[in-house]
Amino acid sequence: MKLRANLIIGGALFALAILVGLLAPWLAHTDPVLDANLLNAEEAPSWTWWFGTDDQGRDIYSRVVYGARISLTVGIVSQLINSVIGVGLGLSAGYWGGWWDDFVNGLTNLMLAIPSLIFALAIMAVLGPGLTSLLIALGLTNWSFTCRIARASALSLKSQGYVQAATVLGYGDLRIMITQLLPNMLGPIVVIGTLGMGSAVLSEAALSFLGLGVRPPFPSWGSMLSDARDQITTAPWLSVFPGLAIFLTVLGLNLLGDGLRDILDPQSRSRRT
Amino acid sequence: MTGSPLIEVEDLRIDLNDGSRCVAAAEGISFRIDRGETFGLVGESGCGKSITALALIGLLRQPLSIGGGVIRFEGREIQQLSAAGQRELRGNRIAMIFQEPMTALNPVSPVGRQIAEMFVLHKGKSWREANQLAVEALASVRVPAPERRVKDYPHQLSGGMRQRVMIAIALACGPDLLIADEPTTALDVTVQAEIIELMRNLCAERGTAILMISHDLGLVANVCRRVAVMYAGRIVEERGSADIFRTPSHPYTQGLVASLPRLGSRAALGRTRLKEIAGVVPAITSFPDGCRFNPRCTRATDICRTAAPDTTWLGPGGFVRCHHHA
Ligand SMILES: Nc1ncnc2c1ncn2[C@@H]1O[C@H](COP(=O)(O)OP(=O)(O)OP(=O)(O)O)[C@@H](O)[C@H]1O
Ligand code: SF4
Ligand SMILES: [Mg+2]
Repeated sequence: MKLRANLIIGGALFALAILVGLLAPWLAHTDPVLDANLLNAEEAPSWTWWFGTDDQGRDIYSRVVYGARISLTVGIVSQLINSVIGVGLGLSAGYWGGWWDDFVNGLTNLMLAIPSLIFALAIMAVLGPGLTSLLIALGLTNWSFTCRIARASALSLKSQGYVQAATVLGYGDLRIMITQLLPNMLGPIVVIGTLGMGSAVLSEAALSFLGLGVRPPFPSWGSMLSDARDQITTAPWLSVFPGLAIFLTVLGLNLLGDGLRDILDPQSRSRRT
Repeated sequence: MTGSPLIEVEDLRIDLNDGSRCVAAAEGISFRIDRGETFGLVGESGCGKSITALALIGLLRQPLSIGGGVIRFEGREIQQLSAAGQRELRGNRIAMIFQEPMTALNPVSPVGRQIAEMFVLHKGKSWREANQLAVEALASVRVPAPERRVKDYPHQLSGGMRQRVMIAIALACGPDLLIADEPTTALDVTVQAEIIELMRNLCAERGTAILMISHDLGLVANVCRRVAVMYAGRIVEERGSADIFRTPSHPYTQGLVASLPRLGSRAALGRTRLKEIAGVVPAITSFPDGCRFNPRCTRATDICRTAAPDTTWLGPGGFVRCHHHA
């Protein structure tokens, strides 16, 4: 039952974050960018300003709510790109083998040798800050684990009876990969994708904190943290709430990933019974 | 033996190359199967039945390869076909049912979809049409309530049902040849008989030729008109099913026939294993010189240990390869 709790709490936190992002225009009290009013600058949290206001008098609650959109978009889209690249390379490498496998292995090892945040930083430095560059930078640098898992699964699955049967029945390579191999490795890929989404949200925060992410005045949780740096002692609420949002979202995704692994991995399933 | 054969194998050799050396896993394999005919390939485990079948559909993979000979399907050499040409034959004109029926279905795909995929792949049908045809295909293998069963996943079906689904998939595109490699080894005896009966009837109705592979001579002779007996990578005797029981000619075949409990009877179906002949099949890397059966043969003489026996014809379509055949 403890295992199910992972899944439920994680799923609920992630669903909540998505809901907040989707419903942002209705949940927010003010416009996150335009409604600046210096008369309300640096108000502490209160009934009027739930999460307080910043030095320009913008409502932090509304900015955190809108920030969910950017942070989650980065998390989901960049991880999707990673999953597609990782599965595409790993699956074909495992199935075909030969020089293509060697090449993909080399590439994967190279990616694993360079810390992905450093790599992303380098890409951002070339592309310049902004949402699109962020998606590209994070989407291209975090596929090695997915690739490894997809390759290992393809290697073990390709000797399965039904994969051989498909060959005998005249399936082409692409059809075999898509109908026979992919659906049978989806479990671990989804788990890694979920965990990867969490780390992409963190990476977004880190890059935005370094001033390489979404450009102000648009709010992402990372850029809000970055803005709040100087006022951490005078107006701690500026950092606490976006930080909490990141924390809860990443926690939710990690719990969800763990929970999914427990129900999708047949080995851990049999261990439980 | 008239008309043009459906499939014709001439002096086929299959090489096993493990990097350091190359040995023939099977050699001198020749047979032909006419349209709608039933042909059996019998022999002990490891004698090369499955690799022969894989060669027929162009699916030998490293370390195995075709080392010589020709395979013609409707007069066209299979080795000369492009990869796409071979794929076009597989599943469409030549289908195969497997030794391992339990694992031959994709566990995460409903069985109806797996049948329907054949119509989409080989007949260019839309998924809508294909799904409809899948229900009919399932009905034709006597699966009850097929319109509900198509949605089932393999693990929801019994072994016998799964093998019926495999037959439905294999026969979906109306192939000219069905290769059945130990199609019932994993099933219990009563189900076995049902499945064999079903397969034989469907193929007879549709004029589909069968190449049946098994180590069970009783089973094969029951289904097939002609039988070839393999030993250590060679065909040692090929006869009509009735002849092989009445007048087995090769000492190995004689041993097989003698080991059957009751000739060709129902009780013999599927139960017997070919273990009554003293000795074991030699390993692929240490085939003896001359006749490969000589270490186990009671009739062996000096010539058997030095020269491989030639083919001796025994009436129309039958032959034996033995220096001292009966
Ligand atoms: N992929 C492979 N790699 C190496 N050797 C192989 C391979 N496949 C088959 N062989 C060898 O080729 C020989 C013939 O194998 P094959 O599978 O055709 O036997 P079989 O007659 O079908 O036996 P069974 O009744 O056990 O299925 C065996 O000695 C086997 O060890
Ligand atoms: S050739 Fe000789 S060894 Fe071989 S089966 Fe005939 S008698 Fe026996
Ligand atoms: Mg076999």
